[in-house]
Amino acid sequence: MSLLELDNLSAGYGSFRALFDISFKIEEGEKHAVIGANGAGKSTLLHTICGLLRCEDDRVRFEGQPIGQMSPHKRVGLGISYVPEGRWVFPSLTVHENLLVGAHSKRRGIWTVDKVYELFPLLARLRQRQALSLSGGEQQALSIGRGLMANPRLLLLDEVSLGLAPVVVERIYDAMPAITTSGTTVLLVEQDVGQAMKFADRISCMLKGRIVLEGVPGELGQDEIVAAYFGV
Amino acid sequence: MTETPMKVERYTRTSRVGLPVAAVVIIAAATVPAWGSSVVTKQAVTFLTLVALAQMWNLLAGYAGLVSVGQQAFVGIGGYSLWVSSNKFGINPFVCVPIAGVVAALFAFPTAGLAFRLRGGYFAVGTWVIAEVYRLAVTQITWLKGGSGVSINVGGISRGTREAVTFWLALAVAVGSIALVYLLLRSRRGLALTAIRDDETGARGLGVNVTRSKLWVYVIAAFGTGVTGAVIYLNLLRIQPEAGFGLNWSALMIFAVVIGGLGTIEGPIIGAIIFFVLQQLLADYGTWYLILIGALAALVVVFAKRGIWGSIVRRRPIDLFPVRRRLCLETVCFPEDAPPPSSPTDLPPTLVKPAVVKPPGDGEVGPSEAAPGKLG
Amino acid sequence: MVWANDIIQGILLGGLYALFAAGLSLVFGVMRLVNLAHGDFSIMAAYISLVIVGSLKVNPFYTLLLVMIVMAVFGYIIQRGLFNFAMDAGPMQAILATFGIAIIIQNLLLEHFTADSKGLDAGRIENAFIKLSNQVVIGWFPLITLLVSVLVLFGLQVYLSRTRMGRAFRATADNQRAAQLMGIDNRHLYGMAMAFALAIVAIGGVFIGIRTTFSPSAGPLRLIFAYEAVIIGGLGSLWGTLVGGVVLGIAQVMGDHAHQGWGMLVGHLVFLAILAFRPQGLFARQAQ
Repeated sequence: MSLLELDNLSAGYGSFRALFDISFKIEEGEKHAVIGANGAGKSTLLHTICGLLRCEDDRVRFEGQPIGQMSPHKRVGLGISYVPEGRWVFPSLTVHENLLVGAHSKRRGIWTVDKVYELFPLLARLRQRQALSLSGGEQQALSIGRGLMANPRLLLLDEVSLGLAPVVVERIYDAMPAITTSGTTVLLVEQDVGQAMKFADRISCMLKGRIVLEGVPGELGQDEIVAAYFGV
Repeated sequence: MTETPMKVERYTRTSRVGLPVAAVVIIAAATVPAWGSSVVTKQAVTFLTLVALAQMWNLLAGYAGLVSVGQQAFVGIGGYSLWVSSNKFGINPFVCVPIAGVVAALFAFPTAGLAFRLRGGYFAVGTWVIAEVYRLAVTQITWLKGGSGVSINVGGISRGTREAVTFWLALAVAVGSIALVYLLLRSRRGLALTAIRDDETGARGLGVNVTRSKLWVYVIAAFGTGVTGAVIYLNLLRIQPEAGFGLNWSALMIFAVVIGGLGTIEGPIIGAIIFFVLQQLLADYGTWYLILIGALAALVVVFAKRGIWGSIVRRRPIDLFPVRRRLCLETVCFPEDAPPPSSPTDLPPTLVKPAVVKPPGDGEVGPSEAAPGKLG
Repeated sequence: MVWANDIIQGILLGGLYALFAAGLSLVFGVMRLVNLAHGDFSIMAAYISLVIVGSLKVNPFYTLLLVMIVMAVFGYIIQRGLFNFAMDAGPMQAILATFGIAIIIQNLLLEHFTADSKGLDAGRIENAFIKLSNQVVIGWFPLITLLVSVLVLFGLQVYLSRTRMGRAFRATADNQRAAQLMGIDNRHLYGMAMAFALAIVAIGGVFIGIRTTFSPSAGPLRLIFAYEAVIIGGLGSLWGTLVGGVVLGIAQVMGDHAHQGWGMLVGHLVFLAILAFRPQGLFARQAQ
């Protein structure tokens, strides 16, 4: 049984349909990247998994359990943690408090505040600072650390490179192995195709709400990917 | 490809029938003083003024998005203006009625100047506070005979005449308020209003002067409420600050509109009818009618937010008062009989079932638009 | 100096207003809801105390805990049973729903208890005072009210900054969708916020019932005072709310001193002046 399964999922916002018949599987321990241009539906995909967007109960299954109608906070309890596009740190709380809120669901696991500070030493230096005053890269580290505090089985990362300098992005991706060796499954949405290819075991490419290409980074050709990405 | 001639039309099938029917109803209603008893005539005035008040509140909240819990200020100002101009200046009390509207409109300017600094729930309470200030001020001013109340001087006019003319004034006010809202919405300013209601930022981007439009609506609603207040007190003949500026006026207006249907012209009329009927039926049970209506309003606003009229037209759109514009190509018009204007927070129906979407976060409420609510 | 007494009385009154304002502030901060029934809830609390006093013949102080519990439970139920759905429907719908509840409560109390003014009799403490000088007299009861108020605000502050739920409240106030992603059940949280707010306003209701009289229609005025205290102090700051209450209290006392019966009006005018010239309040925290 796959850890996460999407079964002919169609979803959208109001009268705007963003996803068309998506079928998708992720196995436990996998590192999966979803790439695609702006508006392809990548974030919408993650929203249906984390619960910000609801759908028919059976279209999204986590360990076989239908969760399409489940509210986001309950999914955290199951082990799904979503690190949002735009980071969404709590501006009036300190770095330390942000991390503590991440542990609200009280899920047990290896991730504690200290372990997160080990992973991102820059956060340790900033622990008493209000999250509002952090730079983009610092906020991204905080957001990921906060997501880890829920000790998730499945970590969803939405465009972590967005708006960040390449050097900063490198440092964030440097932290990835420490996250994945612990057994956490990671589903990552990225516009930066290079980073995605380096990181992932498997890659999916989306275009206009559909998955148009799937495969292992090493086996997919450059031309194939470009064609899928741009829809030529 | 030949050019298809296009027109923008307003009349729907139902409205072509609706307007003549309304005319007949109004003419029939005008005869009430001739055959109705004094009690009936006075009660009819109560009903008609309720319709007018509801229309004015609906104009504010349903079309301009201004939820005011302070319209009682203008009811009181209207009533007291009537007293001042009639008793102190000796003007014919019937002529005082439009004067009261003007006075109320004048007071609306500084009121708006302060209240418009607030948004949403804070605007609502702000208008309430300002109404309280008016009440306290009137209570304290000895020239207005303070808290003990005063009687309207209608000396010289026979009771029959007075009651009849008051009734016709009430009828004129009720019809006038409907006509006012109708004409306003058909105008360009009305189009701007619906744009503002649906998306304020978007409207601003299109060049609509949002503040000025809202101010206009506020002043017009104040005028209408003031005139209605004057007629109410012409009917009651006695006014005191507690009653004139009482919160119950807001309760009346709000419940009638909410139950009937916010953001439609037909809705407030239906709501007023329901309110009036319940009030009469439960007249022997103290304020239980208000409790019942309050509960009904709370449930309707949460679970059936289009109100009764809105729920009826949801299935089969009916437009008794055609305010929307439809595009017509030759003989076919779009939308044929369109659904009523959606309330500000309505989302379009989902295309794909059953993708359910929670409306995004927090509407702006509070004095400073940018400040997120923080604790501690 | 006569004004010194006015200021002291104003500060004492401000403590009471801060109790009303704290609940309003909490609810608005966490869920952006302006509860128009807030004042009526305080009156409801006073009547509950009255009923308990009537049947058990105890001093109103002893009813406090029970009244707080009753109001807290009621607050949780009405939030989850009605207001949460009202908020789903939209901000306008939420305000109107609270308005409906306000009218219902006022009239239910009117039907059951009549329009007569009632009072809670706390015995000798109501009139006991400390005399600092010939002009400055501090009543024991107002002093206790102020101390309780400061204690409550302090307790709330500590709760918000040190506990798991407190952090959850603040996180939800910042960004309720992000909070959900942390595992915070916001429907439950809103219920808890309303429960807290009503427990606090219950204290205020009982205290003001002891201090003066109350009647079914007295609610709206309490709401207005609470709201004015919040606006004067500035949104988002609990201690600002205390200051706002004090400013309002002082304005009212001085107003009454200057001309009997003008107290409330002066208070309103101060509020309107703040609104006109410094709408963000005295202590607004700008988070940009």
